[in-house]
Amino acid sequence: MALDIITYILIAIGCFFNILAVVGLLRFPDVYTRLHAGTKCTTFGSIFLILAVVIQSINVWVTEGIISSPQSVLTIHALIALVAILLTNPTSAHAMSRAAHRSGVKPAKAVTDDLEKEKT
Amino acid sequence: MISFLATTVFVFLIYLVLTTASGDLFLWSREELIIGAVFSIILGAITRNMFFKRNLRMLNPKRWFLFFVYVVGPFFWGMAKANIDVAYRVITGRINPGIVKISPKLKTDLGITMLANSITLTPGTLSVDIDEKTNDLYVHWINVKKEALEKMPRDYKYVCGKFPDWVRRVAE
Amino acid sequence: MPWLPVAIFLAVCIGLILIRVFLGPTHPDRLVGLDTLNTVVVVSMVILGAAFNEVIYIDVAIVYALLSFVTTLFIAKYIEKGKF
Repeated sequence: MALDIITYILIAIGCFFNILAVVGLLRFPDVYTRLHAGTKCTTFGSIFLILAVVIQSINVWVTEGIISSPQSVLTIHALIALVAILLTNPTSAHAMSRAAHRSGVKPAKAVTDDLEKEKT
Repeated sequence: MISFLATTVFVFLIYLVLTTASGDLFLWSREELIIGAVFSIILGAITRNMFFKRNLRMLNPKRWFLFFVYVVGPFFWGMAKANIDVAYRVITGRINPGIVKISPKLKTDLGITMLANSITLTPGTLSVDIDEKTNDLYVHWINVKKEALEKMPRDYKYVCGKFPDWVRRVAE
Repeated sequence: MPWLPVAIFLAVCIGLILIRVFLGPTHPDRLVGLDTLNTVVVVSMVILGAAFNEVIYIDVAIVYALLSFVTTLFIAKYIEKGKF
């Protein structure tokens, strides 16, 4: 019962951060700020949604009293998917921002740009 | 030889985790164990020089423990604060962006990779580019503080807090 | 457990991200939209796997995450240099 409530809370947090990523992606003015929204909020939201799946599997174990095989395999594979997301997301964000800066996109409304100063 | 063995064991462990509960010999079936061992020996022979560069200091279990403490403690806390901060900026639209240069003075490739990934996932910062000679990082910062702009290169304690010290303890 | 409403919610998110992919004034904007979309697709695959209790969906999600990472790196390299 308590695990059910925890699952609902985790799902609510995950959905909130995902919709926040979408709003930021549509609202911010340039590539770099959009990367902030699109990379960080989706990573955080997916952590909470996958944790909800894991907690729900633990709930099944507690209520039924047996460790059923498909449920545990599902949990372990969901955790591996989470690790894959956590490892690849910052790396691709780094690659995208570097590509954007080298192809000549300037940060909008920037107060300082050290990288541009170093090149000239 | 040690790097070959360590790579093989690592790949085999990943294979075991991926094929859990496939049979009744402990948790795995006999065919899965045999084919996994064959493939991990082949992969270990091919990639032993890519996985370990020149030294073996990451085999020390104390560093794994420190890495675990780092990920669970300061890193996750920083990540939570970062997301609440980004949520505030998304809802109000109040941004003050800029690209700053920091020099954390790390020497190894692994350390600078860990620091760049930590910076990307934590408070309002995103690593854009790297100077490969001096290991300086260029960081896009969504809310540039006035006091950080006074000297060159910028002081890293405003940008990423205590992360470089933790990374130095784990990876160097 | 409300897995199917969550999956529908994530599908709505994907639809909204597609607006950015179509509108994006520059090529890096479209690429950012594509990368965000890939992450949301991976999470919705995990959620659907939990909804129907199918492990194979989550295996597909792992492979999709790694392949989309390689795709993003290659498009970023193309944008950076103008050629592969």
